[in-house]
Amino acid sequence: MTVYAAPGQPGAVAQYRSRYDHWIGGEYVAPAGGQYFENPSPVTGRTFTEVARGDAADIDRALDAAHGAARAWGKTSATERANILNKIADRMEANLESIAVAESWENGKPVRETLNADIPLAIDHFRYFAGAIRAQEGSISQIDDDTVAYHFHEPLGVVGQIIPWNFPILMATWKLAPALAAGNCVVLKPAEQTPASILFLMELIADLLPPGVLNVVNGFGVETGKPLASSPRIRKIAFTGETTTGRLIMQYASQNIIPVTLELGGKSPNIFFEDVAAERDAFYDKALEGFTMFALNQGEVCTCPSRALIQGSIYDQFLGDALDRTRAVKQGNPLDTETMIGAQASTDQLEKILSYIDIGKAEGAKVLTGGERADLGGDLSGGYYMTPTVFEGRNSMRVFQEEIFGPVVAVTRFSDYDDAISIANDTLYGLGAGVWSRAQNQAYRAGRDIEAGRVWTNNYHAYPAAAAFGGYKGSGVGRENHKMMLDHYQQTKNLLVSYSPDKLGFF
Amino acid sequence: MDTPARVAVTQPAAALLARLRARHGELMFHQSGGCCDGSSPMCYPQGEFLTGDADVLLGTLEIDDFEVPVWMGKAQFEYWKHTHLTIDVVPGRGAGFSLEAPEGVRFIIRSRLLTDDEWEALREA
Repeated sequence: MTVYAAPGQPGAVAQYRSRYDHWIGGEYVAPAGGQYFENPSPVTGRTFTEVARGDAADIDRALDAAHGAARAWGKTSATERANILNKIADRMEANLESIAVAESWENGKPVRETLNADIPLAIDHFRYFAGAIRAQEGSISQIDDDTVAYHFHEPLGVVGQIIPWNFPILMATWKLAPALAAGNCVVLKPAEQTPASILFLMELIADLLPPGVLNVVNGFGVETGKPLASSPRIRKIAFTGETTTGRLIMQYASQNIIPVTLELGGKSPNIFFEDVAAERDAFYDKALEGFTMFALNQGEVCTCPSRALIQGSIYDQFLGDALDRTRAVKQGNPLDTETMIGAQASTDQLEKILSYIDIGKAEGAKVLTGGERADLGGDLSGGYYMTPTVFEGRNSMRVFQEEIFGPVVAVTRFSDYDDAISIANDTLYGLGAGVWSRAQNQAYRAGRDIEAGRVWTNNYHAYPAAAAFGGYKGSGVGRENHKMMLDHYQQTKNLLVSYSPDKLGFF
Repeated sequence: MDTPARVAVTQPAAALLARLRARHGELMFHQSGGCCDGSSPMCYPQGEFLTGDADVLLGTLEIDDFEVPVWMGKAQFEYWKHTHLTIDVVPGRGAGFSLEAPEGVRFIIRSRLLTDDEWEALREA
């Protein structure tokens, strides 16, 4: 067991600056308006740094830098770009511990997750796209004996990316790695809840990227995100967040006729068929862990398995064991490697979760465990801690339909296969799902019948770079991860070439 | 009985709306869903967010001498229609492009179930 010293304390492996400017053109640039905003740690609720409050002028400046770099960067060879991505990965790996602690301190998540998941996954993501761009090929179609269609991949140019606060570095990496691999320059707008950890990373890798290729502008959505998303100077906008902002971003994109990638969340069903309980073996134990995955990252995951559907014949037994597993989740200081659940990312997020506890109870859902804010005492008293919560109710209730984005799972029972699929698909969203069964035919069929972009089958919350991730229905447009992601950041250039000396004969 | 309101606003939220209106002009809400800051009511200058056939006008907040329409996607409304919503404000950072975030606060929805009488009256309306 290790308890890391908090940034700012003696002996801390990660130290934040007391103030962060924007990162534009390969250097720190003070905000045009001269203003900064406070950045509290959810671990204690106390401010640990202040961050530039950007506006349209800062976005313009970042776009100037990106456009200045775009032509040269777009002409670099795939080999050069892949080498740079690999060097970024190596640098991150060499600084894994400090990046992990910095991320945990800013977001509130347990350091065991940043050490073992967030940052290693981000490192692997850069390596995956370094490999993918090296292996990518265009295509040739021989139209007839004298005519050939060549298809080349070209970068889009300058793209905008708006990052969520739940995995500040990993979600930035999901967007950055394919965009940079494909030869684009980026203006990136982190979430206002987690503006500093990306800059912590930028400083570590600054010397590896040519100035202007990657620019980071912080600030509030309406003052910074909007001028970026609505700018006629970007060739694509990628956004992870919620539906209303997603629609607004599509609306701005329609005005500039640019593509969007949107990842807008979900209300993912996690289905436990009765054969899961056929034996009390390792697989049963794994399924119980799969249930408890709703508490991973404090439930602040777009694919949080926030609806557990348990077959009626095993309902009482399985749920009883699942509640025991949930009660064993250790909540505490996020910088303690023994801690399993840390702090919610912000005070308003905690408030929202508590408002859902209220509406859940009002609708008649039963709180089986949790349901309260946790006071961890001492320095942590000011932090934003929520006990892992299990609701029991019906799928029509709002706690079954709205993404709470907290450690809250709503449990209900189903009678048979058709009932399970019907409940699973009775949602506006379709991002993730889980299926647990020892019967492979049933598990396969369920996976195909569920309307969601990712169906974890006998596992949950794995995010390998080579598996496509994205939503059906209201969960968004486009995919992240997988080499197909390169297409999202590339134009297709077709050269249609005639090798015939003879005229067509029309004119 | 008169058609009951589906939406209401707390006094602190109304006072904030008055300040935002002085700076940004007429306002509107669109209730969000989905991840991160989903489930939050997003406040925009009137007309900034295009509503259409996919949306429902839940009601209009009447605050002193101005009104603020509150919208929600029609599909989402199907899951929310049995609840009454009150727009409140809490300290926080906010997100999305909602206008209040730079003030260090954010709008939040407080929900309660519609009473049987309200439900009947709204069904008949």
